[in-house]
Amino acid sequence: MSRRTFRKIKNGIFLALSLVATLTGLACLAAILWTLVSHGVQGMSWHLFTQMTPPPGGQGGLLNALYGSALMTLLGILIGAPVGVLAGTYLAEYGRTSRLSMAIRFINDVLLSAPSIIIGLFVYELIVVRMGHFSALAGSLSLAILAIPVTLRTTEDMLNLVPIGMKDSSAALGAYPWRTTLSVLYPAARSGIVTGLLLAVARISGETAPLLFTALNNQFWSTHLNAPMANLPVVIFQFALSPYKDWQDLAWAGALIITLTILLLSISARVILAMLQAEGSGR
Amino acid sequence: MAIIDSRHAAKQLIYERIFRSATLSAAILVLLILGGVAVSLARGAWPALAHFGFSFVTREIWNPVSDEYGALAPIYGTVVTSLIAMALAVPAGFGIALFLTELCPPLLKRPIGVAVELLAAVPSIIFGIWGLFVLAPVLQRHVQPWLIEHLGAIQGIGKLFKGPPFGIGILTAGIVLAIMVLPFIAATMRDVFDTVPPMLKESGYGLGATTWEVIWNVVVPHSRVGIVGGMMLGLGRALGETMAVTFVIGNAHRISSSLLAPGTTISSSIANEFTEAVGDLYTSSLIALGLLLFIITFTVIATAQWMLRRLERRIAV
Repeated sequence: MSRRTFRKIKNGIFLALSLVATLTGLACLAAILWTLVSHGVQGMSWHLFTQMTPPPGGQGGLLNALYGSALMTLLGILIGAPVGVLAGTYLAEYGRTSRLSMAIRFINDVLLSAPSIIIGLFVYELIVVRMGHFSALAGSLSLAILAIPVTLRTTEDMLNLVPIGMKDSSAALGAYPWRTTLSVLYPAARSGIVTGLLLAVARISGETAPLLFTALNNQFWSTHLNAPMANLPVVIFQFALSPYKDWQDLAWAGALIITLTILLLSISARVILAMLQAEGSGR
Repeated sequence: MAIIDSRHAAKQLIYERIFRSATLSAAILVLLILGGVAVSLARGAWPALAHFGFSFVTREIWNPVSDEYGALAPIYGTVVTSLIAMALAVPAGFGIALFLTELCPPLLKRPIGVAVELLAAVPSIIFGIWGLFVLAPVLQRHVQPWLIEHLGAIQGIGKLFKGPPFGIGILTAGIVLAIMVLPFIAATMRDVFDTVPPMLKESGYGLGATTWEVIWNVVVPHSRVGIVGGMMLGLGRALGETMAVTFVIGNAHRISSSLLAPGTTISSSIANEFTEAVGDLYTSSLIALGLLLFIITFTVIATAQWMLRRLERRIAV
């Protein structure tokens, strides 16, 4: 075999392997979605949205869990997003390349990939131990802490994308930086910041581990922020590992709902970003 | 007129100060969160660490009845599952990145890239139930008997594949982790490959190199730091991943030589036992596990960030 054919064959083998790797990755996504749909559709019914989580053997739905998840995610974003946006504004507009900003950027990237279970333990130590009981408020707070790094990162990136001329024009009119930020930069970067919020919602709405130690779970309808509250991920966790068929069906239905919601959020965030980029390159 | 102007300016200056300090305090809050995590975990872990001393990390025993705890089994499980995950996910991620940057028809580039990223958005609990109800039975029926029969007989590595095929266990957890970190590794490597100047690649092709030779001799050396950074980022995820592992690891506090046996990891021990833990020492030992996990993942992720940053700076120059 000549050296040339050897090189060609080697090339072919490695390229084929890379194709196999890509197909495997796509197959995993397809397999997971297919499992969710085929198992989840059985459990889909109106009961899901009208009834509470049942005792084993009883008929029921996921209403309290859906409500709890929605409420805690919403509260988490309401607490976390302002912090993330303001901190991102500081990095993009005031701090820039100062040492403090560099350190904050670094720590934020570490927090972005830090295990969520550790945040759960932190909030447990911080709040649950002091108050003496699990609560929806503690759950929301742990979700808020998880939402901060995502919003901070996208806010800073999006503010940096605003053309410098707009900032200069505003400054030339005599506006102070706060006025420029609120009246010029935020409106210009609005859709980018919204994308960051969508990504943050997608990130926190499927989190399970931190809620285990903070909001725990509740079999019944509860709207008290100061009491344990049902939520979809923990219900899925408990029901899927239970030996009861009807609980497992509910877990699959819940899994399908949560995954579809998150994929929808991620896709819309990506569509908005793609539109922004198209707009940016057309300018 | 002049009076109004100066009043207006003073007011503006106050607003400016308020806004600036608001953004500054939000930014400092990020630092405080990390500091708070470290301090509160250390405080919660103190009773256990004071009681067991250094032997906490060297002992395998985990016995809630006699109130004796050692972290060796969870540490072992965490390290081994993550190593399996990396062994599978790094070559696969490299392959996907290679395919997306060099081979993929431009029309498919975006959809495939987005699909891989969507895999990263699937919550970990979904990987858990999929692993338990779909992957584990498949492994138990088709893969593990084959491994036991063919690899179990070999001297040396044979003892890694001994014992009955449970389906769940260290190996299954490693595979599920591999699927979970794959998108992170693939996406980082793709971004890193994209930073290689086209001129360098074209020079390679101009000399008559094949696609693979350009990848291996031009792209990889040029983006080495970024590749390692991406791998470390994936490793950080794998080490701290909780729910997916909790479903499929089997939760047994012991170290078995076989990869097919059930085990436990730091995060799955915490997730499983925390709400049921009675007694201060038990709870404190679990928090001490959390502190260990925090130290390990912080080191890995910080190293990864540092490497990726170095790469960015080099490009910016």
